Amino acid sequence: MELVKPDFGLVFWMTISFLIVVFILRKFAWGPILTSLKERETSINDALNSAKKAKEEVANMKAENERILQEARNERDKMLKDARETKDAIVNEARTKAQVEGDRIVTIARETIQNEKLAAITELKNQVATLSIDIAEKVIRQQLAGDDKQKALVNDLLKDVKLN
Amino acid sequence: MKVSKLSLISIITFLTLTLVFSISNKAQDTSAVQSHAVEATTAEAGAEHVAAEPAHEEHAAGSEKLNAGKLIMEHIADSHGWHLWGHTSIPLPVIVYNAQRGLTMFSSARFEHGHKAYDGYLLNEAGKIEAVNEMGEVDAHTATVNEEISAATYDISITKNVCSIFITIAILLLVFTSVAKMYTNKRKGLAPTGLQNAVEPIIIFMRDDVIKASIGEKKYEKYVPYLLTLFFFIWINNLLGLIPIFPGGANVTGNISVALVLAVLTFIITVVSGNKYYWQHIFAMPGVPKGVLVLLTPIEILGMFLRPFVLMIRLFANIAAGHIIALSFFCLIFIFGQESLYGTGGGLGVSPLSLVFTVFMAMLELLVAFLQAYVFTLLSSVYIGAAVEEHHHDDHH
Repeated sequence: MELVKPDFGLVFWMTISFLIVVFILRKFAWGPILTSLKERETSINDALNSAKKAKEEVANMKAENERILQEARNERDKMLKDARETKDAIVNEARTKAQVEGDRIVTIARETIQNEKLAAITELKNQVATLSIDIAEKVIRQQLAGDDKQKALVNDLLKDVKLN
Repeated sequence: MKVSKLSLISIITFLTLTLVFSISNKAQDTSAVQSHAVEATTAEAGAEHVAAEPAHEEHAAGSEKLNAGKLIMEHIADSHGWHLWGHTSIPLPVIVYNAQRGLTMFSSARFEHGHKAYDGYLLNEAGKIEAVNEMGEVDAHTATVNEEISAATYDISITKNVCSIFITIAILLLVFTSVAKMYTNKRKGLAPTGLQNAVEPIIIFMRDDVIKASIGEKKYEKYVPYLLTLFFFIWINNLLGLIPIFPGGANVTGNISVALVLAVLTFIITVVSGNKYYWQHIFAMPGVPKGVLVLLTPIEILGMFLRPFVLMIRLFANIAAGHIIALSFFCLIFIFGQESLYGTGGGLGVSPLSLVFTVFMAMLELLVAFLQAYVFTLLSSVYIGAAVEEHHHDDHH
């Protein structure tokens, strides 16, 4: 069986040439190729990792921003509340003050009115007295003819003039 | 999947061979065959030679007969010239060494296809070089073979297969050094382009899914250059073998010598890198009683040698079978075309069927070319992986 009998020459050349090829390719092909493949894989991995890290950082930043925003919002709410309270307090105080002042003014006005009224009554009394004297004088002047008439007149007059 | 494909190939091979040999035997029994069929055979099938029966036999002068078996076997075997077409072939250098005669080199054209002996050597009918007593240029038929010197003569000629190996090596070096340059030059660190794109996925696949997976994360790197070279060498050779015309067509990986060298290299690497666990598992399998060891150790030792042997046979048989099938289908045309059988009409009638089968086989062989390179590399990795594997004390079987 020639087919399954190894041939010396072919084995000789095959061994030599194959080994040489392995060594040449190892130095000039597989070495550089595999090294750069590895480098590329490492760089891709690094890039992916850093991208992941950046994403995480962005997420963290977002959370931080949210927190700050929330704080600001709370602060604003608090300030608004304070302002409202202050406003209410001021308004209440003003209202109270106005009330007091109004009351005071009303009281003074009332006193003044009373005084004016008294003064007017006094004046009126004086006027009435004067008038009464005038009337009395006239009556006296006209009807001093008889005693009856004088008496009737005085009674009439006294009937009409009534002090209030 | 793989096993079924291999068994399919072997069944087809077996059936085809049976058919071809039975028909060719029948053809041998019958008388003369027209020579035009034979001429066509050499031109179309790209086959080596056609058995030319010498004129001194009983047949009429000029008549030749087709011997498909011999034709195929001549193609499968190595040769000292590279046949191109018809009677044209490239003569290859003959290099012979003998301790008495020293190193002799001359062109194989000097043999004139076995008709002449030159410088003390002749080419016999089997295509082997034999030493003769007569020096200088003499007729091969009158020369006397010197058995003693022949036995001590080493034929290291650049044969067709050696030539094909050199072509493969040239392709390997060209492709991979230029690809390597792309990685180191100005394109360093950039996305791959061109040829790089073609080989990079294969390199990464072999590295990650075959070598790393079989040998292990820690130790695989040392073996990557050998295994990658092995894979691409076998694959390119298989593909070249599928091309019917020069520079392809040589049956390199389907030659036992080439498969032998590759298997032996794997064996040497396995043995050299075997750690104490590997040897312990061969000579004294842990956890096995002494009595069983007597039986088991010889089996393990045998297995150690059997593995590369099977590796060799698998590659050789698959590729050789592929070549045999392809040639058989072509030969069918000329077997049926013989006058003694169905004549030219028979040949023409069979040719479409033959063509369909050949195309189908070519497709299958394309797959087998890759598959065998892959399987050889995978199994080599697995064997090396078994040799360097670190065992822990508890997970023994």
